[in-house]
This record gives sequence, C-alpha cells and structure tokens, in this order.
Amino acid sequence: MTDALFVLFAVVSVGGAVGVVTGRSPVASLLFMVATLASLAGIYVLLEAHFLAAIQVLVYAGAIMVLFLFVIMLLNLGHDYRADLRFGSWSLLSVVVVGLTASVLVQGITGSEADAFGGHLADPAAAAAIDLAVAEKGAVGAIADPLFTDYVVAFEVIGLLLLVAIVAAVVLAKPRGRSEDA
Amino acid sequence: MLLDYSSSLHYLLALLPEAVLAAFAMWVLLAGVSRRRSGGLGKETGWLALAGLLVAGVANGWLYSGVAEGGTAAMIAVDRLRLFANWVFILGAGFAIVVALPYVARQKLQAGEYYSLVLFATVGMMVMAASRDLMLIFLGLELMSIAVYALAGYNRRDRRSAEAGLKYFLLGAFASAFLLFGIALLYGAAGSTNLHAISEALSAGAAVESLLGPGLALLTIGLAFKVSAVPFHMWTPDVYEGAPTPATAFMAAAVKAGAFVVLLRIFATGLGTLHAEWSGILWWVSALTMVFGNLVALVQSSVKRMLAYSSIAHGGYLLVAIVAANETAAAGLLFYLLVYTVMTIAAFAVVVTVANQGEGGNRMEDYQGLGTRRPVLSICMTVVLLALAGFPGTAGFIAKYHLLLGAAEASLWTLAVILALTTVVSYWYYLRVAWYMWMRDPPAEGRPTDYVITPFGTRVALVVSVALLVLAGIFPGAALEMAENSIRGIMYLAAPQAGAAGP
Repeated sequence: MTDALFVLFAVVSVGGAVGVVTGRSPVASLLFMVATLASLAGIYVLLEAHFLAAIQVLVYAGAIMVLFLFVIMLLNLGHDYRADLRFGSWSLLSVVVVGLTASVLVQGITGSEADAFGGHLADPAAAAAIDLAVAEKGAVGAIADPLFTDYVVAFEVIGLLLLVAIVAAVVLAKPRGRSEDA
Repeated sequence: MLLDYSSSLHYLLALLPEAVLAAFAMWVLLAGVSRRRSGGLGKETGWLALAGLLVAGVANGWLYSGVAEGGTAAMIAVDRLRLFANWVFILGAGFAIVVALPYVARQKLQAGEYYSLVLFATVGMMVMAASRDLMLIFLGLELMSIAVYALAGYNRRDRRSAEAGLKYFLLGAFASAFLLFGIALLYGAAGSTNLHAISEALSAGAAVESLLGPGLALLTIGLAFKVSAVPFHMWTPDVYEGAPTPATAFMAAAVKAGAFVVLLRIFATGLGTLHAEWSGILWWVSALTMVFGNLVALVQSSVKRMLAYSSIAHGGYLLVAIVAANETAAAGLLFYLLVYTVMTIAAFAVVVTVANQGEGGNRMEDYQGLGTRRPVLSICMTVVLLALAGFPGTAGFIAKYHLLLGAAEASLWTLAVILALTTVVSYWYYLRVAWYMWMRDPPAEGRPTDYVITPFGTRVALVVSVALLVLAGIFPGAALEMAENSIRGIMYLAAPQAGAAGP
C-alpha cells in the first residue's frame, strides 16, 4: 500500500516539476508546482512526518502559491511563453544526459542493498523513534526541540540567508531611477 | 578555554567572528539607508564594513590564541583549518572593499547594500569553513552564493552585469540542487550529515554502498561548479567579465577560497576513507582544468577575461592538492589560497584602476605604454603578474612549489608534470600584459593612459599586497608554518595513498 502510494506521489511530483518547466503559461506552471508541492506533502506523510506535511500544505501549497498567483495575475504575465523554449539538438543531448543520470541513480538506489530497510520506504527503527518523540513532546515539540537545541546554528543561518535574499531581491528589483541618487 | 557546547553560550563564543561580522553587516545596511536621506558618497559605509572585518579578525585571533574544543565531532569546528581560512576570507573581503570604494562611488552604486552583501557573503564562507555538518555547509554555501549572485548583477545600468547576475544565479541554483541531492544520498548511505559520523560509518563499513557512488558524484559536481573546474566552468568567463570588477575580484579570490576549504574539509576528513573512489574523478577534473584554463587564457584580448581564465587554471592547480590528500599538499593548499587571494585581488585592483573605475578599458591595448606614464602602478602589476605565473622570488613560486611537493609525496607524477608544463604556458599570457605595458609606446590616439588615476585606498592596497607577495616569496617560513599547523590532525586518511590515484 505504502509502496503504491509512494509511486503515485513520486510520479505526480516529478511530472509536476516537468510541467512547471514546459507549462503553457506562468499560471499553468504554477498549478503544476502546486501539484508537485502537494505530492511532496504526501511523501512526508509516508515518512511519518505528519507535522511537516501539514506545514508543507499550509505554507507552500497554500499561502506562498496563492501569493505567486496574485503577483502573476496582477503583473498580467499570463501569455504564452512556449515560443521562448527552444528544442534544438541540445535538448536531445539533455534528454540523453538526464536518462543516463537517472539510470545510474536508479541502479544505485535499487541496487543489491535496496532492502537496507527491509523493503520499506522508511526505516522502522527511525519511525519508532519518531513515534516516541511525538508521544513525549507532541507533534510540534518533536520538531521544535532539535530545531532550537542541536540545530540552532542552522536555524540562525537560515535567518541570515532569508535577510540576504530579501536585500538582494530589493537591490536588483528596485526601479532604476531610484538607484541613481545613491 | 574549552568549548564543549554544554551551554548554548558556547555556540555564540565558537561563532564569535561570524556573529560579529553578521551584526556589522546589518549595521552597514542600516547606515546605508539612513545615509541616503542625508546624501554623501557612501564611503563611510565602506569604512564601517572594514571596521567590522577588523573586529571579526580580532575575534578570530581570540579563538586562534587560546580556545580549545572538546573532540572533533561537534557541528561547529573550532580548529586551526577554519581559523586560518577565516584570515584568508577576512583579508580577501577587506581588499575587495578597499578596491570597491572608489568604484562604487564613481558608478553611483548603492553603497550600503553593496558592502553589506560583501560582509554577508564573507559570513557565509566562514560558516562553511566552520561547519562539520553537510547541512550547515550547504546553508553557508547558499548564504555566500545568494549574496554573490546579487553582487554580480549589481550594476543595473550595465547589460552585461545583469547578464552575469542572471547566468550565475540560474547555473548556481542548478549546481546547488546537485549538491543537495548528493548530500541527501550521502545521508541515506551513512545515516548522518555530520562529517565525523559519516567518516566513522564509512570506516566501520556500516554505510549503504550503493548510495555512496551517486551521492559522491553529485556532491563533486556541485562543488566543482563552485570552484569553476572544467567541465563545470562554462559560466565563469561571462560572469567574471560582466560583473562589476571589484565584485569579480571578490568572487575570483574569496569565493573560490571558501569553496576550496569546503572541498578540503569534506573530501579529506569526512570522505577520506573513500579516497580511492573520488581521487580518480578529481584527477581528471584537475588535469582538464589546468590544461583548458591555461590554453584558453592564451588567446584572450581582454585582460579581465584573461584573469577569469587564469582563475580557472589556478583552480586546477589547487585541485591537485585535493587529489594528493596528504598533509604537505593540504598545507600547500592553504598557503596557496592565502597567496592567491592577495595576488588575484591586486591584479583586479589594477584592472579597475586602468579602466578608470569603469568597465570600458579592459583590452590589452589599454595597457599600452602604461610603464612610462604610470611607472609605480606598472611595477606593481608586473610583480603581481609574475606572482600569478609563479616566478621564483615571489610568493606564487613558493605556493606552487609546495603543491608540487604534495603531489610528489602522493606519487602523482603525471599531474605534477601537467602542473609544471601549464605553468610554463601561463608565463606567456601573464607576461604579454607586462610586454604591452613596458615595451609598447603609448597610443597616439584613442584612450591615452595619461588619464589613469590611482585612488589612495587602491594605492595602499596595491603596495601592501606587493610587499606581502615579495616578502612571502623570500621569507615564506612564518606563513607556511601557520598553514602546516592548521592542517595537523584534521585529516582522517587511513594510509598514504602512493600511486592510488589516477589512471
């Protein structure tokens, strides 16, 4: 059952990612992206990360994608972009390269030790540990506790990263006239 | 003082240079905003950024002088490798800011944001070097990269700068995805993102073998992009040429140094037991990078683009040390990074000056007859070019010599021969610039070199770096000893790999 669900979610998420690139218009691309993010949330559920899955749906598939949709519609970007995509001999090469890479990865992952976790998607021991942590601290506590203790540095660095991303975006996207007076 | 992370204050103390620099970066940002109301050239934000680097350097010195760490498993490393690398980053960022001061004012770029992005990128490098956890390494790499993407596209009135920013961003994001996928597969193989834990799982044979190969390959691709190694170098010439020259100097020197320290940390410590697996790939990457970078640099007509290819070639030399993976080579790598940072930024400082704080005069012809008109500037450039080529008597020679020693110790004879031969080739394109400066008369018409004005800050930076290059070329002892001390004990390699690498 889990295997079948995993295959379903995996196919939808990869197919959605391809759709984002080849979509007819930005709105279509965006809807493909919603499909990808939603099926990723499904994969999180299969990995026993229920809280993460809920957040993924709420924040990404919900709030952020709606914001994207608003911006695209307000800026009136909804026209056909397919003319910008060029399918020359290079695209053939890229298909070959992607195919080769995928086959190497598939061989590696489903190789002789595919049953490292007894054929299950998730390591049963790890799943049990997660269940224990959830039972002790609650679904939020099981994530918040390591986030603010063991991984507090990573948490702070992500804060800096977001600040830098905002500064970079504002600097590059400000109306041109304003930068002259600087 | 011993840091064992028993209290959360220890995290702050262990990351004091990073924390100080991040605080200063935010201060510079705010100062830039408030200054815009009152007017001015924005130089004071640059000086504030330099002060921040100075304070971070003092904090780094405090960590260097007497702080020990308990064990080598913690997420934050307080070892000499990291602290030596921090000196290199701080030095590189400092020189890059001094060179940028007149450029930013002349081009009317937004000063506060420029300097604060440089500082944030430096924080990213320091986090990368400080981390023993692949996750934190990735975050540091992204912090550095995003700031540098913006710096590459910073001059919005220049189309080529915008092109450079977009190209770097798209390809860089792509490479980051490779790196992240590789990290995920390694996590799947070893059950941890901590390099110490990965290393222990590998030596105990507890890792899932079939995931290691793909994980290693993707990790190598991601990092090879960041150090612009052939065949992942396609972006480098365009981005380096299009970006504002002071930003190019920062990218070519400090960003590359950061990526190499991470390469050393990941491959020599975490994945040291897999040396036989990755050294073959990196052998080829290194050889191709040296040959390609040097050969293409030969035919460049723009000095800025020539320096871009030269930086690719230097990446190839440095990869030899990673392949060799012994203490001599690793110490040589650190020393090389220090020297490389100084000479690269000095070379770009001259490029900025000759182009009159713009992007117009980067052709070889613009250097024609510079020797008679601006002798001091030309002497500085000549010394820097000789150091880049590795001429005896300059620090560049000592650095290359130690890379060769490391390669010889690992019996990498073919790579050593390629390194020596490509160095000889590189003399041609470095000395061609010197030949234009000294042996050709100034042009009768066109862009006369008389208008070249060297700003005071650039003058000081140039004289200091030339003095450093010559001094370290004649008396390399102190810096070399420091590099050797930095490397001692961090390598987890099992046995000397005599002749293990390469076909």
